[in-house]
Amino acid sequence: MIDMTNSLAAPAQAALAPELTIGPVLYHWRRDTLTQFYADIAESAAENVVLGEVVCARRVELRLSDWLDLARDLKQAGKRVWLASQALMESEADLRQLRRMVDLCAEQGMEIEASDASALAVMEGRSFSLSPHINVYSREALQWHAALGASRWVPPVELSLAQVQGVQPLVRPVMAGGGDTADVVGGAAPVAVEMFAFGRMPLAFSARCFTARHHRLNKDECEFRCMDDDDGLLVRSTEGQDFLVFNGIQTQSAGLQCLLARGDWWRAQGVSALRLSPCAKVFGEVLRIHDALRRDALSADEALSQMQRLALPGPLVQGYALGHEGLQPLARPLSTELEVVC
Amino acid sequence: MAVALRKPELVCPAGSLRALQLAVQAGADTVYMGLKDATNARNFAGLNFDVKQAREGVAFAHARGAKVLMALNTFARAGESERWFRAVDAAVEMGADALICADTAVMDYAHRTHPQLRLHLSVQASATTYEAINFYRKHFNIQRAVLPRVLTLSHVAHLVRNTDVDIEVFGFGSLCVMVEGRCILSSYATGKSPNNAGVCSPPSAVRWVERGDHVQARLGEVLIDDYAPDEPRAYPTLCKGRFDVQGLRDYALEDPTSLNSMALLPQLIDAGVSAIKIEGRQRSTSYVEQVTQVWRQAIDAAWQQRERFAISQDWVHQLARHAEGQQHTLGAFSRPWR
Repeated sequence: MIDMTNSLAAPAQAALAPELTIGPVLYHWRRDTLTQFYADIAESAAENVVLGEVVCARRVELRLSDWLDLARDLKQAGKRVWLASQALMESEADLRQLRRMVDLCAEQGMEIEASDASALAVMEGRSFSLSPHINVYSREALQWHAALGASRWVPPVELSLAQVQGVQPLVRPVMAGGGDTADVVGGAAPVAVEMFAFGRMPLAFSARCFTARHHRLNKDECEFRCMDDDDGLLVRSTEGQDFLVFNGIQTQSAGLQCLLARGDWWRAQGVSALRLSPCAKVFGEVLRIHDALRRDALSADEALSQMQRLALPGPLVQGYALGHEGLQPLARPLSTELEVVC
Repeated sequence: MAVALRKPELVCPAGSLRALQLAVQAGADTVYMGLKDATNARNFAGLNFDVKQAREGVAFAHARGAKVLMALNTFARAGESERWFRAVDAAVEMGADALICADTAVMDYAHRTHPQLRLHLSVQASATTYEAINFYRKHFNIQRAVLPRVLTLSHVAHLVRNTDVDIEVFGFGSLCVMVEGRCILSSYATGKSPNNAGVCSPPSAVRWVERGDHVQARLGEVLIDDYAPDEPRAYPTLCKGRFDVQGLRDYALEDPTSLNSMALLPQLIDAGVSAIKIEGRQRSTSYVEQVTQVWRQAIDAAWQQRERFAISQDWVHQLARHAEGQQHTLGAFSRPWR
């Protein structure tokens, strides 16, 4: 039996504003920094938190058991928590760690965000979230992954908002479980869309560690030099343009994605959550601005001018969401840009 | 699992009918090609096949005992999937021996609609473990997987031991420093990437600008390199540019260099690798012909006498002419590269 009271009550409340999700910390922060960061998140307005080391198997400031302890604490604080799998899997040791994570999460009722096909394989049959590192570019691909168990989708960052809506439309959305109509028996919900709304964007992974290479070190003896770069290592063009950021084997954008719009606007676009990717400084302010904006306590223009005043590590960009090059700087909030285009 | 050793198939690029014919005549066991549109990852003007040329190419190859693979290795765009599905149908119509694909939407369609069509998992699918490869085998019955250029030789050997899927690795050509299928540097600077448009660092975004006696190579608005008069210039592929990191200007991601794994041929055979791929559908017909000739001889020699395999100076000279920046690397096959 489907409990209609609950299934109606929850969306009605959620319709007010998109949820805020704290993306995984992508940098190599020290253990005490991470602990303090998540203690602050536990007290914050964010509903969702994605934990885990996504980038490099050599980083072990927190081990799997530590992440699970943190996950329990955050759940107790009322957050919904996912553990993300490592994005680039290479060795048997990587696979062992993945299987252990999937088993422990199953035992402890934790959800998983899949970051590559190894993770899809290992946890087949369970419900999971699709990270932006899994290539879903069409409705058919989303449907296929939904049939596999995907209930949440963080689109690849290079997709425009229009393309995201082409993959997961408001009318006849792809349902969790793989059906495509809202009247699926069993109370299935549409696959939730979570946009990468703030932070330096992951652009590439390599077997090579670019941070170690810059310091003329081998990856196997890297001395964990990436710990010196709280927000990654800046790569400039010869004429001084902030272009990329090295984060170990990951290359990120130097620009920080910044998608700003009111809560009801996001909901009307079919977006149910906004991912904020952690940065080392003023992240609490970023979170406060997004929370005020989604609750209509702030206009999008005010939110932008507040964001522009923060001491962020790089320029604000939003080109991808508009279907342009990702590094295009933003002059106006996303919602204003799209209204102008229309 | 015991690994059955076999002589690796030589898989060569064909950006045109002429390149296909030259590759087959030079000793390719197999050639791979794509259609003239965004359904393949070498979507350059003047390159690739229409269906009539593809049929002609297949007939030419089959008459000489060679196989033809069709690359359909980009991701179907939202709302345009039909174009990708029609390309799958076209592969069947033209008699391709297999389809090289990366997108689950494309593989799902191909497997359901044409179950007899052999599927190869493209390098663009980013499958780096046997779990990932066996997963695609289970769902789409893939017969072969092309490994991203990120695994060491021992990773490759371990992977082969743990799958029934044939494994193909890159032998020679441009070196992707990133995991294929997981790099969008190009769209960050230009709006177009391998995944969304079948191109990396697209020619339409390249600008050469003279500044005094220097020449600047730009991709979109980004300065990729700045050449002094005496410096050799290269196509501004984004990851091969010179950038500034903490005041040090250098090839921060990768030097202008090509992959050449020929020295590892005996070990690749011992590892149970089924096929060796030559990159370069966008390269000249003479590149295709000469690189194929050299690799044909090398694979034959390595297969006959693995222990005594030695690279001839003649091969070295011929390949050096086709390397980027005249430099070669073993890439990720070798641990120090990482």
